[in-house]
Amino acid sequence: MKLGKQLGRAALVLAFWLGIWTLLARLVDTALLLPGPWAVAKRLAELAVMPDFWLTTAVSLLRILLGAALGIASGVLLAALTSQSRLLRALLSPLLTIVRATPVASVILLALIWLGRDILPCFIVWLMVLPVVWANVSAGIEAVDGELLELAAVYRFSWWRRLRRIYIPSVMPYFLSALRTSMGLAWKAGVAAEVLTVPAKSIGRYLYESKLYLETTDLFAWTAVVVLCSLVIEKLVLAAIGRMDKRWGGGGQT
Amino acid sequence: MIAYDDVSLTYDDAPVLEGFSLHIEAGAHVALMGPSGCGKSSALDLAAGLLEPTSGTVQVGAKRLAYAFQEPRLLPWLTAAENINAVLSDGLETMPQALEWLAAVGLSDAAEKRPDELSGGMRQRVNLARALAYDGDVLLLDEPLEGLDKPLREEMLALLSRCAEGKTLLLATHDPAQARALECRVLRYQSKAFAAER
Repeated sequence: MKLGKQLGRAALVLAFWLGIWTLLARLVDTALLLPGPWAVAKRLAELAVMPDFWLTTAVSLLRILLGAALGIASGVLLAALTSQSRLLRALLSPLLTIVRATPVASVILLALIWLGRDILPCFIVWLMVLPVVWANVSAGIEAVDGELLELAAVYRFSWWRRLRRIYIPSVMPYFLSALRTSMGLAWKAGVAAEVLTVPAKSIGRYLYESKLYLETTDLFAWTAVVVLCSLVIEKLVLAAIGRMDKRWGGGGQT
Repeated sequence: MIAYDDVSLTYDDAPVLEGFSLHIEAGAHVALMGPSGCGKSSALDLAAGLLEPTSGTVQVGAKRLAYAFQEPRLLPWLTAAENINAVLSDGLETMPQALEWLAAVGLSDAAEKRPDELSGGMRQRVNLARALAYDGDVLLLDEPLEGLDKPLREEMLALLSRCAEGKTLLLATHDPAQARALECRVLRYQSKAFAAER
């Protein structure tokens, strides 16, 4: 009953915005400037039957996921290391500030000089995800309840028990929040890097070519692919993390 | 055995303990009594190694030390039974033991509940059960029966009395009845120092 109500509301919201889009497209009345939702859906269906579409999407997906996974792993590792050493934190925090303040486009253009175009989007995603995960997990580690650590000291918890019973459940809400933020960021940064570097098999190349040849409907269709992939991956990752959170007796909210 | 030798402790520039000396032989029971803020809990924290004295020395001769904190300090993401088991092996093999201790403090029905589903008194009993389950040679109890009503207090005192037999016990309390029930030598806070009660 509740699910039915939720689905009904979601359908209503979707219908409202599709209506607005259709209305605007009719007013503009030029597909070159703003194609309507049905034209985009039709183009998307045409693309979906092309074998290259799935390969391109899979390669882009793999690049972005690989970059995100490396960013998450290194962010957690750096947070663990810098929470143990003030010197290391002092040494590395300016890097964090610089990476966060530098425009993605500048980093992409700079990295293009050093790296191959096929690996560059993966590198950019890594660079964008890492500071988010690092900062959030560090904040989580700092917020661990000192009284619980005293309990662990009195009852001589091993490092593994401390990690499993105190650190992981305490840091989990911060980690989940980082994951939610960085998933969206990964897609945006990854596709932006693909558009600027146009690797052989990539959604970014199709977006770039659509813009180049003024195929606005294609541009919308490929953007829809990016949005859909991002939504599906975010839901899958959060569901997996939620399950993991429960397994670790986590205190996080998914 | 616990030995405090001329211990002073300053916290945020305020003296908490000054020239505090106390020797507790293995198996002896001692109660520190006095108003809030007189340094009872700090003396226990020093014995547990959670605080370092500003001067003087604290020695504890024990293989294992159990501490029932004044505030229960339960892991909020674990159930009552898991909280007790966390100080045992933390594996399935000691879970029956954890459940037995939970039953001993009258909380069998609360085994699957998390701390936020328990009342203050129930949390305090889980804290106590955890300290007893650990089976330390030294038992530190900081206001262990705070928030319990009279019948429960008496029931828990009887349990504590049985479990503390043969162990070195240091109790911080303001209730003389608890010190009596646990057969403690009493040190009362007066004129800015703990002194043996006559």
